[in-house]
Amino acid sequence: MQDLGIEVLFKGNNFIRLLAGLWVSVRLALIAMVFSILLGFLLGMIMTSKNRIVRLICRIYLEIVRIMPQLVLLFLVYFGAAKHLGINISGEIAGVIVFTFWGTAEMGDLVRSALIAVPKHQYESAYSLGLNKTQVYLQIILPQTIRRLLPSAVNLLTRMIKTTSLVVLIGVVEVVKVGKQIIDASRYQNPNAALSIYGVIFLLYFAVCFPISKLSAALEKKLQS
Amino acid sequence: MKKRILGVILAVTVLAGVFAGCGSTSADSTDAANTTAGSEAVAEDAGKRAQARTLDEIKEDGKIRIGVFSDKNPFGYVDENGEVQGYDVYFAKRIGKDLLGSDDAVEFVYVEAANRVEYLESAKVDIILANFTVTDERAEKVDFALPYMKVSLGIVSPDANEITDVEQLNGKTLIVVKGTTAETYFGENYPDINLLKFDEYQEAYDALLDGRGDAFSTDNTEVLAWALQNPGFTVGVESVGSADSIAPAVQKGNTDLLNWIDDEIKGLADEEFFHKDFEETLAPVYGESVDAENLVVEGGEL
Repeated sequence: MQDLGIEVLFKGNNFIRLLAGLWVSVRLALIAMVFSILLGFLLGMIMTSKNRIVRLICRIYLEIVRIMPQLVLLFLVYFGAAKHLGINISGEIAGVIVFTFWGTAEMGDLVRSALIAVPKHQYESAYSLGLNKTQVYLQIILPQTIRRLLPSAVNLLTRMIKTTSLVVLIGVVEVVKVGKQIIDASRYQNPNAALSIYGVIFLLYFAVCFPISKLSAALEKKLQS
Repeated sequence: MKKRILGVILAVTVLAGVFAGCGSTSADSTDAANTTAGSEAVAEDAGKRAQARTLDEIKEDGKIRIGVFSDKNPFGYVDENGEVQGYDVYFAKRIGKDLLGSDDAVEFVYVEAANRVEYLESAKVDIILANFTVTDERAEKVDFALPYMKVSLGIVSPDANEITDVEQLNGKTLIVVKGTTAETYFGENYPDINLLKFDEYQEAYDALLDGRGDAFSTDNTEVLAWALQNPGFTVGVESVGSADSIAPAVQKGNTDLLNWIDDEIKGLADEEFFHKDFEETLAPVYGESVDAENLVVEGGEL
């Protein structure tokens, strides 16, 4: 039987290192997601503005985020800021900034479309009850958008978790990089370890992302009833 | 506290992005073009440059930041206990000891092949010790110190028909990988050797195992390690072609640190430090029979 190299995983504290790397990825994505949701709601509301210039600026921001690869943004914030502005930030903070920059745009667009999807009569009836603009948004409109938003927001979160593997290029050692280190350290003793280590990383990502999407499905159901 | 600062930075950045997104577009995209153009390409503009720390500043701080690989066994890698090890790391620790009095004074930064130049230019590390091959193109962007290692081509062949001299290959088939120095070297200098070219290392090694070629050539560090893992094959020619030198690099213009490293490398020659380094880190991987002279450079003299 062929040697699968899985034993590499249990050498020293390899498995714990892998889990620590996973935590780095997940933590980064979660922090960025919290900021993205908060700022995204704000942006989404701004995007429904009637002012054409405001809408145009938002549109341009959104397009920049979509066109620019995240890797370029990471390099800009991490190396570019240090090189040209003298601002020296750690890789993790640079990661959070870039992922928030990206997440806010995506979230904003989602919030915008969710807001538009709320039937006009909801706004009109609310206003006719004498509620002011803040009350209408907070009590009538936003609760209705959250249900629509959940699936796509969760989708964004899982995408973010998976995209965190890019931060290795700005020196943050996350789960995939730990995996590569483990594979490489045992390159001569266990040349076959790559497949099983990557397999384990796949399972780890799955173990994180699957419950999140299950949770969102459950929440969605609950909110519907 | 840390979180709050982070929050403020984030809020400011993102809001600035949101509201001024339009204005910064052009600047962003030119920078981006520079960053993406080749992984090691860098914005050429003078602009505000991040100044690397001088020797005195490093001494005052008591810590030196050295960029090493974390997945290039046996030069820089992380062992199963999470400790960084390897030929480059061994030297880095010595630098810490001689400059600051302790090998704990070294702060290891894990770099990738693609961002080594960036790390120096943005002054995020003081020295790069990541198996950095000296090339003219790179020398325009960073300053290389004296070499501490060299890599040339090696030829691996089956024991039964061992190739011990390049001339034996005339009229025979040599396997090479496309885009490597081996392809250019043998193509230009030995027209009588038939070259069998592959895109990937794995295919090339498979071809050698299948007997589709008489020998295989690439960097000697690579074939030496492979031959040790594959009984029945020997590296008959350990060093051929011009040697590439591998040297520490510092930010362009950081002369006093550069001079210190040069002096350090010269000073270490007396005790044959890099031979010791070889014994500790490379010999277990390449086998005891390998001649250290084919890889190690003492005192910066090739």
